[in-house]
Amino acid sequence: MKPWLALIRPGDWLVMLGSAALVGSSISVFWQGGLADRAIIRQEDKVFAEVDLRNKRQLEVDGPLGKTLIAIEPGRARIVSDPGPRQYCVRQGWLMRPGEIAICAPNRVSLQIAGRTKVYDSISY
Amino acid sequence: MTRSATELAVTEEDRRVAWLATAAVGLSLVDAAIPTPLPGIKPGLANIVTLVVLARYGWGTAVWVSGLRVLAGSLLLGHFLAPGFFLSLTGTTLSLLTLGLARHLPARWFGPVSLSILAAFAHIGGQLLLARAWLIPHDGVFLLAPLFGAAALVFGTINGLIAAKLLAGPAPEETPHA
Repeated sequence: MKPWLALIRPGDWLVMLGSAALVGSSISVFWQGGLADRAIIRQEDKVFAEVDLRNKRQLEVDGPLGKTLIAIEPGRARIVSDPGPRQYCVRQGWLMRPGEIAICAPNRVSLQIAGRTKVYDSISY
Repeated sequence: MTRSATELAVTEEDRRVAWLATAAVGLSLVDAAIPTPLPGIKPGLANIVTLVVLARYGWGTAVWVSGLRVLAGSLLLGHFLAPGFFLSLTGTTLSLLTLGLARHLPARWFGPVSLSILAAFAHIGGQLLLARAWLIPHDGVFLLAPLFGAAALVFGTINGLIAAKLLAGPAPEETPHA
C-alpha cells in the first residue's frame, strides 16, 4: 500500500476530496424529491384530502360509483378497494415514491404521493 | 515494380504513435470484455496509455493515440458509427480537452492521479450530455449521474495510480524494432 500512496501528490488528495464532494452533492441534486411525506387524494378535480404519511389511517371517498377505500401508512399509501370494474388502481399496490399516482377513473378518485419538492411523473408531465 | 507516385515517409513519431495506439486498443478490448453492472460504467484502462503518453510525449501525441484508439477500437468491437462510437468519441474529445488544460497545473502538486480523475469526469460528463441530447431525450438519464460520478472517481483514481506507477519507472526503449 505504501508505494502506491507515495504516488499521490498533495493536490491529488484535493482533487479526490473535491470530486467525492461533487458526487455526494449530485446525489441530492439528481435523486431529489426525497422521501414521500404526503398523500393527496382528489375526487372529481377537487382535493378531497391532504394527509401526512406519518400515522396509520383509512379514508373513505365517495364517488359516482360508490366508496373508494384508501389506506395510509408511514411512508406509503394505497387504494384498498374501489367499485370500478377493472381495479387498476387497487392492483397498483403500495405507492411510496414522490410523484407516484393511482387513478381510479370510473369513480373519479386519485391518490398521489408528494414529497417536499414537486416532481413530475409521466402522467402529469 | 513501378514506384508509387506518393511516397509516405514513416517517421519515428509515426511508429511511436502506432505502437502506443495498439497498446491502447488492446486495453479497450480488455475493457469491453470486463462485465459491468450498468452500461456506461467501465474501467477505461486505455486511458492509462493516454496519461502516460501525455506525460512522456505531449498533448499532440496523446490526441493521436486516443483518436486512433477510438477509431480502431470501434472497428474491432463492431460499433463504428453506432451510438457507442459517438459516445466514446464525445467522451474522449472532452477528456482530451480537459487534459490539455489540466496538464498546465503545477506538477509538484498535481500528478497523474489528478489528471486521471479530471479526465474521467470530463469523459462521463460529455457522454451524459450527448446521451441526454440525442439518445435518451429525457432528464431521467441524469438519475444515473451519481453512479457514473462515483465510478469516474474510483476508476479515475485507480487508472491514475497505475499511470503514475508506470511513469515513475524508467522510460521504455524507443520503438521496439526501430
